[in-house]
Amino acid sequence: MADTKMVNLTIEGRKVSVPDGTTILEAAKTAGILIPHYCYHPGLPVAGVCRMCLVEVEKAPKLAPSCATTVAEGQVVSVYSEKSLDARKGVLEMLLINHPLDCPICDQSGECELQDYTYQEGREDSRYREPKRFNPAEDFGGDVIYVPNRCILCTRCVRFMEDVAHEPTLNVSERGDRAVIGKFEGKDLTHPWASNVVDLCPVGALLSKDFLNKARAWELDRTASICPNCTQGCNVTMETRENQLVRMRPRPNENVNAFFMCDWGRLNYRWMNEKNRAEQPMVKRGNALANTSWEAAITAAARSLNGKKVFVAASPMLSNEALFLLTQLMQGGSGAFRVTEGEEAPLPGVKDLALRRERAANVHGAEALGFKKTKDLLGGLQQGDVLVVAGEDLAGIDSSAVSRASEIVVVGSVLPDALAKVSVVLPIANFSEEEGTVTNLRGRVQRFTQARQAPGETRPSWLVLGDLLGALGKQSNFFLPSEVFARLASSNTAFAGLSYDTIGFKGLPLANASPGSGAPVAAGVA
Amino acid sequence: MGYPNLPHQRETTVLSQYFGDAEARTLAGWKKRGGYKALEKALGMAPADIVNVVKESGLRGRGGAGFPTGMKWSFMKPGDGKPHYLCCNADESEPGTFKDRELMRWTPHALVEGCAIGAYAIGAETAYVYIRGEFTEPLHWMEEAVKEAYAAGIIGKNAMGSGKRIDVHVHKGAGAYICGEETALMNSLEGRRGNPRIKPPFPAVSGVFGMPTTINNVETLIAAAPILLNGADWYKKMSLSNPKSTGTKLFSVCGNVQRPGTYEVVMGFPFKEFLYDLCGGPAHGRKFKAVIPGGASVPIQTVEEAEATLMDYEGFVAQGSMLGSGGVIVIDDAQSMVSVIARIARFFAHESCAQCTQCREGTAWTTKIMERIRDGQGTTEDLDTLLDIADQMTGKTICVLSDSCAVPVVSGIKKFRGEFEALIQGRRFHPVVAAVA
Repeated sequence: MADTKMVNLTIEGRKVSVPDGTTILEAAKTAGILIPHYCYHPGLPVAGVCRMCLVEVEKAPKLAPSCATTVAEGQVVSVYSEKSLDARKGVLEMLLINHPLDCPICDQSGECELQDYTYQEGREDSRYREPKRFNPAEDFGGDVIYVPNRCILCTRCVRFMEDVAHEPTLNVSERGDRAVIGKFEGKDLTHPWASNVVDLCPVGALLSKDFLNKARAWELDRTASICPNCTQGCNVTMETRENQLVRMRPRPNENVNAFFMCDWGRLNYRWMNEKNRAEQPMVKRGNALANTSWEAAITAAARSLNGKKVFVAASPMLSNEALFLLTQLMQGGSGAFRVTEGEEAPLPGVKDLALRRERAANVHGAEALGFKKTKDLLGGLQQGDVLVVAGEDLAGIDSSAVSRASEIVVVGSVLPDALAKVSVVLPIANFSEEEGTVTNLRGRVQRFTQARQAPGETRPSWLVLGDLLGALGKQSNFFLPSEVFARLASSNTAFAGLSYDTIGFKGLPLANASPGSGAPVAAGVA
Repeated sequence: MGYPNLPHQRETTVLSQYFGDAEARTLAGWKKRGGYKALEKALGMAPADIVNVVKESGLRGRGGAGFPTGMKWSFMKPGDGKPHYLCCNADESEPGTFKDRELMRWTPHALVEGCAIGAYAIGAETAYVYIRGEFTEPLHWMEEAVKEAYAAGIIGKNAMGSGKRIDVHVHKGAGAYICGEETALMNSLEGRRGNPRIKPPFPAVSGVFGMPTTINNVETLIAAAPILLNGADWYKKMSLSNPKSTGTKLFSVCGNVQRPGTYEVVMGFPFKEFLYDLCGGPAHGRKFKAVIPGGASVPIQTVEEAEATLMDYEGFVAQGSMLGSGGVIVIDDAQSMVSVIARIARFFAHESCAQCTQCREGTAWTTKIMERIRDGQGTTEDLDTLLDIADQMTGKTICVLSDSCAVPVVSGIKKFRGEFEALIQGRRFHPVVAAVA
């Protein structure tokens, strides 16, 4: 794109140079100016209907909608001139005349663009003296409730279903101030990506049933993470209240998920809150497992593994760091993993974005690190091997297969089903409780960070496994997950050149990543 | 006396001469009256020459905006490799306007001919006539005329044996005022919700189905035929005041006049004589109070302004209004202006497509305040609020429906403030009832 013509203009006195065809609204972003807007969304076609983004362009007779006006050479744009401020104040007043102002009971409160811009630029009072219109709330199907009284008819939801999901479900019904968002006859918001309309809604008109009344926006702690629920690796924000994960929302990444995530991934977070956890290190005393200290447990585990051939049954939910350290434990043995599968569900409006068949975060990373993907998890376990069960619950595994192991060391956040031969349990944090990286199906390595405190005496997987390797005399202990990753990068050519700093929060592809994985996906929006 | 009565002697009936003449509806009758001669002539000309003649004639759009027709046609660049389309805007929905209805009722073949000429001139093979949903009778006659014209080979694969393909399709709207806005019309024609589109791109670049499109009013297209037959000079000479306004114009007159109807006069005709002489003046014992001269969305004129007006594009502007669609609504002293404006506002609130915030909310809010004042519940702040809302509704939206709602409110408050204030101060509107003679 080196030959793209650049256009120079001035926005609020700041010189801006952007590619030809850029809108004033996007150009202003590059100058650090967010022009207030509602109907515009970078992942959707332009509608130009809310009229909130009106700005004054020198020599133009009328105010210009900055979302629908492309830049021109030498243009001088005033975002905060009296005329533009007055127009936006007018729009805000109009948007609020029929709004119920029920912020105290609205889920959107605190993260509402109507609130934000009203505080920023709106009138202090309303001159509206007439009765407000009323329309009852409606179940839109799927996870979505529609509260028409709060709706500002920006049509982001309509456009998402039509132009991104390619399944027209919503429409604007009626005209004038009677207009509401309606559903086409016989349709519900059951498309596997439909819940994105809740994120897209700039006000509290479209709400998630799952999140309804769970928390106020200001009570939430937000953490950058990756959705662990399939191999797509959608970038997400994990939102917690009092250490409980209450919501996952997409975090924009033009290389992976644009602005979206699927309903299945979004709603499948409860397992990370579950309470039936292994919280204490344990060792076998007699015929039973007994709580012990970390030092004793690590020592016991090292004793079990020392000099033995090890077979690792790992979970594809584990980080690259944990899986890498597990490979160091094998001592001539091998490792395998199994993965739950479901139906693939693409989002047609975005290139290469789908809820993937394989429902775990790090299938690709496990394979890149030499773990064998199999349906017969313990097929490679030979008579007399030490079995390390890492993050696996062994659900449904035949006990005769387990009995081939001479001993079992558990590194996990829950206790596995078959406990008879377990000699040590090393409790680790789950996906939401530790930091690390995972590799998505296109070979993109992405960082996730700790969203919750781990329970009891559980420790991060990389720390536990590092200590165990230390106890085996294989290397010194690690203090940070980035150090584990650095070791991985220096010992595995696929990861060469990568580090936590370079990966950042947008991810980077492996050296041998599959073709096409670097292509931006946002442009794929029809 | 315009239709439904016999023409007044001071009318110049070019387009309306066959109003009331049922035979003119049929192909045979139309041909007998000289029909399709203009098309035959046009098909023997180069499209660019037709555009030039129309340009030269000074014909301007009769739908409301008054854009020069020849120039509009010249925006359609030949040889761009894309299909061109002609749309005839027959969605005549402007309150007070019913000239296109009469044109289509009585001279449907004139429109078929006009469409064919226009399509050929802009390099289109397809013309769509988008007819307002409520126009059941005009629709019937238009469909009959198109059927007859196809059967006679006047339009179709080989229009009048010229080797040119010209298809004319009649499309019935579903009864939305906004579909008369050209981009909403295109959306509606494509099967979408009739929402106006953001301009640019303009229809000449990306119109119906994303292709270059010209949209013309019924009256405009029909006027093209006599221009081609009689020449640009003949048309240009029909101008009584400003040379920028040429030809004849149909005015549909309704309201408090003795002889409402559709009149055709030469541009620049004195409005005073039009109202008192042609239309017969006010009812006995009444006086004119105000006139809305170009459909509900143009500024209201006081009777003094109206009486000083020369009826052309510039003449109405000079007297505080606009020619618009030529839908003259006459209001006498028995009417409450507040009531009239409240009713107009309600119309626009009902018809807003609901896209733009100011229009969706502003038209409804305006209506609520206007009706409150009308019902004697107004406050002194209401007038300032109304003017402020009107300001927010002007020049800030995708189309001009919002502006159209603001216009009568602003001009009404400006010119008839006393009536508003009287109602606000608790004095009900009492028209002076004239004694029956």
